[in-house]
Amino acid sequence: MDIHEYQAKELLSRYQIHIPRGGLAYSPEQAAYRASEIGGDRWVVKAQIHSGARGKAGGIKLCSSDHEIVAAADAMLGAKLVTHQTGPQGKLVSRLYVEEAMDIEREIYLGFVLDRKSERIMIVASSSGGMEIEEIAEAEPDSIIRATVDPGVGMQDFQAREIAFGLGIDNALVGRATQTLMGCYRAFVDYDASMLEINPLVVTRRGDLVALDAKMSFDENALFRRPQIAEMRDKSQEDPRETYASDRGLSYVGLDGNIGCIINGAGLAMATMDMIKIAGGEPANFLDIGGGASPERVAKSFRAVLRDKNVETILVNIFAGINRCDWVAEGVIKALREVGVPVPLVVRLSGTNMEEGRRILAESGENIIIAETLAEAAEKAVSAWRSYTATKAA
Amino acid sequence: MSILLDKNTRVIVQGFTGKIGSFHAEDMKRYGTNVVGGVTPGKGGHTHLGLPVFNTVKGAVQETGAEASIVFVPPPFAADSIMEAADAGIRLCVCITDGIPSQDMTRVKRYMRRYRFEDRMTLIGPNCAGMITPGEALMGIMPGSIYLPGRIGIVGRSGTLGYEAASQMKALGIGVSTSVGIGGDPVNGSSFKDMLELFEKDPDTDAVLMIGEIGGPQEAEAALWARDHMKKPLIAYIAGLSAPKGRRMGHAGAIISAFRESAQEKVEILKGAGVTIVPTPSSFGETVAGVVAAMTKAA
Repeated sequence: MDIHEYQAKELLSRYQIHIPRGGLAYSPEQAAYRASEIGGDRWVVKAQIHSGARGKAGGIKLCSSDHEIVAAADAMLGAKLVTHQTGPQGKLVSRLYVEEAMDIEREIYLGFVLDRKSERIMIVASSSGGMEIEEIAEAEPDSIIRATVDPGVGMQDFQAREIAFGLGIDNALVGRATQTLMGCYRAFVDYDASMLEINPLVVTRRGDLVALDAKMSFDENALFRRPQIAEMRDKSQEDPRETYASDRGLSYVGLDGNIGCIINGAGLAMATMDMIKIAGGEPANFLDIGGGASPERVAKSFRAVLRDKNVETILVNIFAGINRCDWVAEGVIKALREVGVPVPLVVRLSGTNMEEGRRILAESGENIIIAETLAEAAEKAVSAWRSYTATKAA
Repeated sequence: MSILLDKNTRVIVQGFTGKIGSFHAEDMKRYGTNVVGGVTPGKGGHTHLGLPVFNTVKGAVQETGAEASIVFVPPPFAADSIMEAADAGIRLCVCITDGIPSQDMTRVKRYMRRYRFEDRMTLIGPNCAGMITPGEALMGIMPGSIYLPGRIGIVGRSGTLGYEAASQMKALGIGVSTSVGIGGDPVNGSSFKDMLELFEKDPDTDAVLMIGEIGGPQEAEAALWARDHMKKPLIAYIAGLSAPKGRRMGHAGAIISAFRESAQEKVEILKGAGVTIVPTPSSFGETVAGVVAAMTKAA
């Protein structure tokens, strides 16, 4: 789960990480008022969306008067910012963060991630801040410093010092840098983060070390014990199809195709989507219905898939282990009658009680295309989708 | 025969008296697994499903001689249960639980290293369907009926995709020595490579099918290990050809977040290591059959 920059900064400031003075604004007037509260003569207005690379998309503006702040805020609020991380539909700006501008001497990259290879928290730092880490890895690979933390004892001061010296930080600032690194580590652990990025961390002309930007993501499996983080969720930054599904306990990812998918198990779901692609179609979504495919869950899944108006065919693929196909078949028919499915429906049932399940579908009198194998299911779904779109066009 | 698990393995169930634990304990017993008891703290001394319940894993090990444990404990407490098993001298632990925080798993992995390599517990999972040695024993939640006993090892992340593969193989009369689900989490107990090492040493496994997916370095690591150390044929499939970058596809670990983590890149790495690729998820059966036929011819 992602949070906004201002939320990450507020959280990190509790761990002795210095941040510029700033305030949140929901209107141009409020933005100007925030600037007057902060004082000084230069401010930065920053669109709060769950994406990096906001600057290039016009989401960060340096201002030196009330007038400029109001104009910048006016342009950003209500707009959809498109970055390479948001996808073409962009993300809605409904909050701004106004900050004092800093006099920057140099920019540093600092990141903390859970490294899957070492299975430990890894610190990644580079003296080439300001660029994205992928760009740094490409352009300045030798500038990247990495260290991993032993989860048995946690991060040690010497590790932080080594990184600070490695970044070429002045002796006078090494203590501050150590505090900053240790603070980040503690915040990462205390809140079950999966990613923390300060880019850039700047050395100011006044000789301080300040987090100019901050990005944090959190382990969704740990939200049960981090209610403070769960409360920071901003649904306006999510795909509305995914919000609808996740609020109903379904694992769903919205995609750009036309064939809606309802499948049990993440791996089988991915494989079925692959099969649709191989058969010449494009999946509209990933949906894992989970272990207990009760009639209610099946109905919920149909509703979630059909909220996507691009869906022109639905493919249900269930390999019943603990489930029973006859039970799933009854669920499908119940869902059909309750929800109403205006597009072609292909169902493939396999596993426990498969014959019985297929018989129930065939005898239901409902318009269901039955498939026996995975390949057949994908091919039938794609050809049903082709004839559906042909009929619609005619 | 098998790796890790056979009909003699003495198994206990952690989270024994819960609804899910009870359901699968019965199912495993029915399949022939040697279930010798279970653990639910606070319910020690009772009998459940005709088997003794213990307060602690240590107690269960002392009384029953259990060597293996399967964990159905809810996510907030599951990491603790795995460490309890490791400390009690359990040799094989299968954790089915989905939703364990990653940092709990990094601690579990660190904790397991307290023990010498020879004494260290093998952890399968979490967030997996478990494992099965067809015709002998089941430690998991998969439907036993879709697996034919035989000589092909299967290791995969996903449960249902593994069922798909096993049932395609069964349709062609090809059986399985042991099938292991290593789970869909970013930090997990055993890696693909760990399982390939065991299958390579197993005299009753002739070839191995590996079912990977997007995200993480484990398939690439396994490919390189197989290239340098494996004599038996390795066949592989990678799910997630159509998965976009940066999106989590159901499994906590199924996310392309770095270079070499997409399905296409992993397939290239595997091909480069000489691994036979299953081209589509509907051709598990025929691809394995092709490899089996080539082995028979060579022999």
